Amino acid sequence: MKSSLFKSIVIFLGLFFLYFPILVLIFYSFNENKRVMVWKGFSLRWYNELFNNEQIIEAFIISIKIAALSATFATILGVMIGYSLVRIRKIPFKSFYIFLSSTPLVLPELILGLSMLLFFISLNNVIGFPSSRGQLTIFISHVTFCIAFVAIIIQARLTDFNKNIEEAAMDLGYNYTKVLYKITLPIILPSIIAGWLLAFTISLDDLVVASFTTGPGANTLPIVVFSKVRLGLSPEVNALSAILMFALIIIGLFYFYFNKKFKH
Amino acid sequence: MKNKLFEKYFVFSPYFWLVLFFFIPLAIIFKISISVSEWGMPPYQDIFLFDNGFKINTTFENYIYIFSDYYYIGSFVNSLFLALISTFFCLLIGFPLAFYIATSNVRLRNILLVLVVIPFWSSFLLRVYAWKIILQNNGILNVILLNLGITSEPLQLLYNQYAVIMGIVYTYLPLMILPLYGYLNKFDLNLIEASKDLGLNRFKTFFKVILPLSVPGIVAGSLLVFIPVVGEFIIPEMLGGSDRLYYGKILWEEFFVNRNWPGASALAFSGIIILVLPIVIFQILYSRWSQKNEI
Repeated sequence: MKSSLFKSIVIFLGLFFLYFPILVLIFYSFNENKRVMVWKGFSLRWYNELFNNEQIIEAFIISIKIAALSATFATILGVMIGYSLVRIRKIPFKSFYIFLSSTPLVLPELILGLSMLLFFISLNNVIGFPSSRGQLTIFISHVTFCIAFVAIIIQARLTDFNKNIEEAAMDLGYNYTKVLYKITLPIILPSIIAGWLLAFTISLDDLVVASFTTGPGANTLPIVVFSKVRLGLSPEVNALSAILMFALIIIGLFYFYFNKKFKH
Repeated sequence: MKNKLFEKYFVFSPYFWLVLFFFIPLAIIFKISISVSEWGMPPYQDIFLFDNGFKINTTFENYIYIFSDYYYIGSFVNSLFLALISTFFCLLIGFPLAFYIATSNVRLRNILLVLVVIPFWSSFLLRVYAWKIILQNNGILNVILLNLGITSEPLQLLYNQYAVIMGIVYTYLPLMILPLYGYLNKFDLNLIEASKDLGLNRFKTFFKVILPLSVPGIVAGSLLVFIPVVGEFIIPEMLGGSDRLYYGKILWEEFFVNRNWPGASALAFSGIIILVLPIVIFQILYSRWSQKNEI
């Protein structure tokens, strides 16, 4: 009895630690006062100002666009890697392939961002493209480091996968491609969706790599938010936080739903 | 025959993308890090010169420059130290949580697990920003401390290394809990009962049974926290002060402020060699070792 009370206390304190800062942020977003820390009364004023802030709205649209596109590309390439690593035996220089598809996970973002920026500059010197950096270069960088996350999810799913179903379909006369499109992909679809959601969130949340590879007309949401809160507090960012936290948590729940679907 | 074509398509599309946009950029960092720096745009000389016949124009000066200056070495050391301490605290908080979640009944377990990981899905930047609000001079923590009479005037909680550690432990905690839970979940709870039946007290049960069996989870979780923290830039920038300089900040300034591209590249490449490579090698060796010993 004593130990179960202790257990409840530990779990409660842990969850409190994880959620307290988020609740504080949401609480202050309703503060009427321009000085964030001094409570003046409940108000939706900053939500109103947020929706009239063109800079933030524009950045939000750019971020969503880049995140959706790069998640889609990263998912396609990540599924290919996951499939190749589990199902295709002949991969030339396989350890190099594994190195390429897993190192972006452990490389600090800062190094990744710097390398991408220097790459784009060098490429421009050699072939005259991309002449300036912007949404396209952020997109390419985000695809590059999101691939690895999708690949892991798909790899885990395919390793669990019962190969007999594929073999049965082959015996019944399906060819290789047909098995893939009619059997394998539909079965792992929840994991593909989970991978897409993860890639989408990572891209939407990325500040460091985007800061390196950005250019004129490509201020993503994290870049704008960072510039506002680097040195101080901003009541508009409080309102934005509350909305964004809520939206991202919903996406997270969807991710769990899709990723857990195949586990009993 | 058609299958082969399809396999090639699957293997080589991502291969091509990653070589072009991941491997070549890394090679370019290395190339610039051994280039001679100069004033101009780009601020370095080519490594192959063709004016009077072919000449290779490389230098290790950028590396010597970094490793002979305490400013840079110190930042490496600070970052490693920061990562070590943060990992330790993540483990300290994460282990009991993961353990108690893993020993809860199945329904509660899944709910708790989702609850622990969900904050990780909300924006990283904004979760760090939340601590900026909490740790303000007139922030909620200071208000509590003042009311409890622990301190008579507001403490300067923000803009120092402790705030940085706080922010890191908070944002990275789920990364520690998940793999720990994964391993703790697998092990047989009867072992704990058995050890108690055999007369071991709680203390001994923990150190002789639970801890050794959770080593793989501890290693996995620690790596997931340690590696990104070493290169962390945002948290020290938002919550830290000038009391300590970290690797990420130095790299950022070397590139954007000093415009020393070869220097920044040398820093980045040293980062890969010193920080990332040993960990990757360790991980490979460790996974081989644990496969052999069937942990």
